[in-house]
Amino acid sequence: MPQATFRISRGDSATHSEFKDYAVEISEGMVVLDAVHLVQMVHAPDLAARWNCKAGKCGSCSAEINGMPRLMCMTRLSDLDLSVPVKIEPMKTFRRIKDLVTDVSWNFRVKEKIKKFKPRPADNADGTWNMAQRDVDRVQEFRKCIECFLCQDVCHVLRDHQKHDEFIGPRFIMWNAALEMHPLDTDDRLKELKDDNGLGYCNITKCCTKVCPEHIAITDNAIIPMKERVVDRYYDPLGWLWSKATGT
Amino acid sequence: MADSKALPPPTPFLKTSRTDAWWIPSLLTFLGLGFFLVYGTWAILVGKNYTYGPYISPLYGLELWGDSPHALFGARPGFWPAWLPFTPGIFIAWAPAGFRFTCYYYRGAYYKAFWADPVACTVGEPRSSYLGENWFPLVMQNVHRYFLYFALALMLVLAYDAVESTQFEDGFGLGVGSLLTMMNVVLIGGYTFGCHALRHLLGGRADSLPVGFKGACYDGVSACNRNHMKWAWASLFGVLFVDMYVRSCAMGFIPDLRIF
Ligand code: SF4
Ligand code: SF4
Ligand code: FES
Ligand code: FES
Repeated sequence: MPQATFRISRGDSATHSEFKDYAVEISEGMVVLDAVHLVQMVHAPDLAARWNCKAGKCGSCSAEINGMPRLMCMTRLSDLDLSVPVKIEPMKTFRRIKDLVTDVSWNFRVKEKIKKFKPRPADNADGTWNMAQRDVDRVQEFRKCIECFLCQDVCHVLRDHQKHDEFIGPRFIMWNAALEMHPLDTDDRLKELKDDNGLGYCNITKCCTKVCPEHIAITDNAIIPMKERVVDRYYDPLGWLWSKATGT
Repeated sequence: MADSKALPPPTPFLKTSRTDAWWIPSLLTFLGLGFFLVYGTWAILVGKNYTYGPYISPLYGLELWGDSPHALFGARPGFWPAWLPFTPGIFIAWAPAGFRFTCYYYRGAYYKAFWADPVACTVGEPRSSYLGENWFPLVMQNVHRYFLYFALALMLVLAYDAVESTQFEDGFGLGVGSLLTMMNVVLIGGYTFGCHALRHLLGGRADSLPVGFKGACYDGVSACNRNHMKWAWASLFGVLFVDMYVRSCAMGFIPDLRIF
């Protein structure tokens, strides 16, 4: 059986960590999460790693594999160069609890602050609404999100500039977009997006889109359209005059 | 709210755990845009050899004043100070330049390649302070849609140039230069009609997407938008190539081949 070495970051805080090498036997079809489980079985039963579905759907097994934020369960060993040790680290943007497990609760606190869905009164007597299919499709793309927070991890505004207090990150700009573009929603989140959520911090470098395991076009379909709506309201005097004049 | 004290320190400049050739895309952007900037500025400032027969370099696009027969209002205008070197390119070039400078795709690309913010995803940055596009000066990027209006008008000019490129001295014809001029319209069109701001104005701004003709336009723009990066590069090099072709003909380096 061929062997491969996994260089795993161990430790229980950001400041105390070290890389340890573990060699395990690998076989065809394995993913990184399998290798981590083998390491737990053979060498280090105390190695902490979070996972749930092993199907790329629960968003639990997020980590950084050879420096790129990825789901461990969806990263095939056959796609990695196994002639050198494979580096596995926890997500850098969040506080480490132990080894590969980070505390992502900041994300849930951010989400709580975003204004909830506020639908208009029902269109029909039976309490249902009518929506055009293309409008459903547009916001449905954002619903594919599995909240793995890999996009939050890779975004340099959080990762390198640690603006967690001023910037909500791509996942939640997209959450805002899903609500803002929703044809039934009646609330308005643009002021918050601009002033409190730090939309302007995004410099559209598209790293979030690159790492999203659900292949959501976060930057093109959610962030930039939100930037454009903010321009409508705050940075476009001619557009403002035009809509005043035409009543649109 | 943040646990920033418990977070690891920022990655040092150019450090990363990535093992792939992460520096290649930004290096290519740096070289590509750098070359275009240097060549484009030179080609506009020299102010000559930008036309040949029915062709005009797309860098000049619309010649308002100038010495070639393409000039709309005749020779160098009287208000132009005598001491200032004159080039017809200057009247138009600021518009496409501003359009590209404020384009969402190019912004992301040059923030990475020229400002290392970041050079590539998960690669350490040189500065710890960060303002993004939240504050001056980068908040000015929001003027993009105003440049879009000029860019749309310039599409008409380029289309006009393409028609003109078939009007030879001996009547209607087709040369390699005509084909290149037409290709240029297609490439610039694919880029301009894929603009995020246009997509927004055509329907993205509303919660109910348009239907009918406007809906078809929105879908077309969205289709171009999906490949905005590719159109951006193809059209940039298209412009360069056509300029070089016209210039080489004008300078007598190569003959223009007539198809008929
Ligand atoms: S595109 Fe914006 S939100 Fe996405 S990673 Fe880059 S800066 Fe962050
Ligand atoms: S947008 Fe994509 S990368 Fe971000 S949390 Fe959702 S699934 Fe993960
Ligand atoms: S274990 Fe569920 S996404 Fe990987
Ligand atoms: S976004 Fe690229 S041209 Fe408008």
